Amino acid sequence: MKLHTFRIGGVHPDDHKLTAEIPTKKAELPKKAIFPLSQHIGAPAKPVVKRGDKVKVGTLIAEAGGFVSAPIFSSVSGTVEKIDNVIDATGYLKPAIIVNVDGDEWEESIDRSDKLETVESHPELTPEEIISRVKNAGVTGMGGAGFPTFIKLTPPPTTKAECVIINGVECEPYITADYRLMLEHTDEIIQGLYLLMKAVKVEKGYIGIEDNKPKAIEIFEQKTAGDPRIEIVPLKKKYPQGGEKQLVDAVINRQVPAPPAIPVNVGAIVQNVGTAFAVYQAVMKNKPLFERYTTVTGLQVKNPGNFLVRMGTTFGQLIDYCGGLPEGDNKVLAGGPMMGKSVASLDVPVCKGTNSITVLTGADAHRKKVQNCIRCGKCVSACPMGLEPYLLATLSAAQEWERLESEDVTSCISCGSCQFTCPAHRPLLDNITFGKGHVMGIIKARIAKAKAEAAKAKA
Amino acid sequence: MNFILSAVLVLGAIGLIAAVVLYACSKKFAVYEDPRIGQVQEVLPGANCGGCGFAGCADMAGALVKACDGGSLEGLLCPVGGQAVMDQVADLLGMAAANSEPLVAVVRCYGTCELRPRVAEYDGLMTCSAVNATGRGETGCGYGCLGCGDCVSACNFDAIKMNPETGLPEVDEDKCTSCGACVKACPRHIIELRKKGPKNRRVYVRCVNKDKGAVARKNCKVACIGCGKCEKVCKFDAITIENNLSYIDPNKCRLCTKCVDECPTGAIVKVNFPVRKPKPAPAAEEAKPATATATAQTTAKEEPKTVNSNDKEEAKA
Repeated sequence: MKLHTFRIGGVHPDDHKLTAEIPTKKAELPKKAIFPLSQHIGAPAKPVVKRGDKVKVGTLIAEAGGFVSAPIFSSVSGTVEKIDNVIDATGYLKPAIIVNVDGDEWEESIDRSDKLETVESHPELTPEEIISRVKNAGVTGMGGAGFPTFIKLTPPPTTKAECVIINGVECEPYITADYRLMLEHTDEIIQGLYLLMKAVKVEKGYIGIEDNKPKAIEIFEQKTAGDPRIEIVPLKKKYPQGGEKQLVDAVINRQVPAPPAIPVNVGAIVQNVGTAFAVYQAVMKNKPLFERYTTVTGLQVKNPGNFLVRMGTTFGQLIDYCGGLPEGDNKVLAGGPMMGKSVASLDVPVCKGTNSITVLTGADAHRKKVQNCIRCGKCVSACPMGLEPYLLATLSAAQEWERLESEDVTSCISCGSCQFTCPAHRPLLDNITFGKGHVMGIIKARIAKAKAEAAKAKA
Repeated sequence: MNFILSAVLVLGAIGLIAAVVLYACSKKFAVYEDPRIGQVQEVLPGANCGGCGFAGCADMAGALVKACDGGSLEGLLCPVGGQAVMDQVADLLGMAAANSEPLVAVVRCYGTCELRPRVAEYDGLMTCSAVNATGRGETGCGYGCLGCGDCVSACNFDAIKMNPETGLPEVDEDKCTSCGACVKACPRHIIELRKKGPKNRRVYVRCVNKDKGAVARKNCKVACIGCGKCEKVCKFDAITIENNLSYIDPNKCRLCTKCVDECPTGAIVKVNFPVRKPKPAPAAEEAKPATATATAQTTAKEEPKTVNSNDKEEAKA
């Protein structure tokens, strides 16, 4: 069998899937749950509760604050203590709702049974109904970036969706949350895929899984054997296969053009397995997004594992449950070691996009000494977007924004392959991300200016 | 012989034709430039720092002449040359110079290594703008100085330097031309251009933290907690408190220094005031101008933080 993969670049970091065979446990309820109002890309949510209000599990506590936004639901039952600024993953203080936990009382509208609801048995579900339920349940991308899912399901009218691709790649080292989900909730994910296909009115669904998860490939192939509409695509292990554009290339062999093009421009809608599961729960079980699968891992962590975590639980509590922080210097990442962001405090809560808490210890926690660029070109061959990282990094450091834009810095997906592969340990990604942020700002300002001028010309 | 003569003749003829063409072109395509622009540019310092808001001194000279034709030099100031240069320019153009007070850059953060404990270690790109984009940095304060020296590298006049002991930048008032390059370079807007003040005396809030008092104080011992004591004690309405942060309006402040004594955290400082002798005898209260410690910063209170501040003076002296 020939395995597919994306065509350019990519690296092969060590797998370290320590927790792959550890079944998921339910994490303990927190004593205090923290819900940051900005858990997704887009406008922050607006709180609809106030101090002293009683909330149950699944109660709406903040509504969407704009078109690109998502509502937030309480994951615990108890009393709203306050709405205050608390530390978020970047270390800055951001507004959040803090709930004191008391018991575990669920909203009655949530179906808590394990019975599998199939799409065939619910013909009343129209595509519009599915999208509206997904929107109202606050489902966002569960792979990390956290883009509100309903927007992905309503592609721009100039494009036409042809297939849904479920992302079961999990190419980041260490993380196993998606893998455990695939093994433990296979049927639900398949029903979630049917729902997504129905929502965007397509007849073809793919599930891309890397070949380092043979069990997941096998179980999905068994369960979908009778349905020609769904195809399981085993992929050759390579990082960053889980990137949307890389996955579209690997699975259906089409290339997404440079931004602002998105996968749907070539007919694909990509969703994470976690998102498919959340969509199933939101539509069939009327359960909003308030808990997720998260891996707590690290080579020196005593009892790493996979957990079903109520959002709002702090990193510190989960790490304590796993045996506490190892001795010495630790770097705690929200996400995996390739793309995860290190957190400045353990009081950061688990959010919609927190797929893993990775603890790097000792030498792993520190960067290696930066040396001079020897022009070996390894970063260029590793870049999955076909960019020239060494050049982009130099231009960013020199603040040459125009040149940076013409070199397509906005195509960078921040996968970190360049920095991983650099033999001189140069901080390539740091520089590029910084430059990219600046260039994006310039482009946004330019668009806003053009819009304002167009409005002026009209008036 | 004939060979040399023909070469001289040919080259001479080419030269003559070229000269005629050049002369004709220079007459035909001549662009008139106001001769005053050149004269004004001579007077300007020639640092090309851009502090005036124009691309360089030539650009500024053009703008000045244009403003002269417009009737007023209001709003144009060379911060490097200051009032002296502006007066010369005004003389040259036969105008009255707009009055301006000399400014100086002040660093509004005093979270030194001891006063603002480090809670994490930053291990990445060492520029302030990168650290600021990544997160709050190594300390608990999301507003304070990051200490990577973007301001130092922005300064064209060698007027701002990192103090390795405090980890904070320090401005050399004699060298600072108030061009504003450091103000633009600081991603956290900590540096402000303030009036130099009479005898270089200034009173300002040395903090930009907008967190609530308890949070701010927990992260830094000299943070402004927005308690409002200074606002109450000020007789001249110079102090406003917004977002848990006090700000002293330099145009209203009369340098009475009551707020300095009132501030419970020592976030308000007075600089270049005569050092008061520690003895409480009333005779010792007499003002004595500081000379050697012209740039020394001190508060009048006998508290540990004051001791720190004095230590710094000694280190500097």
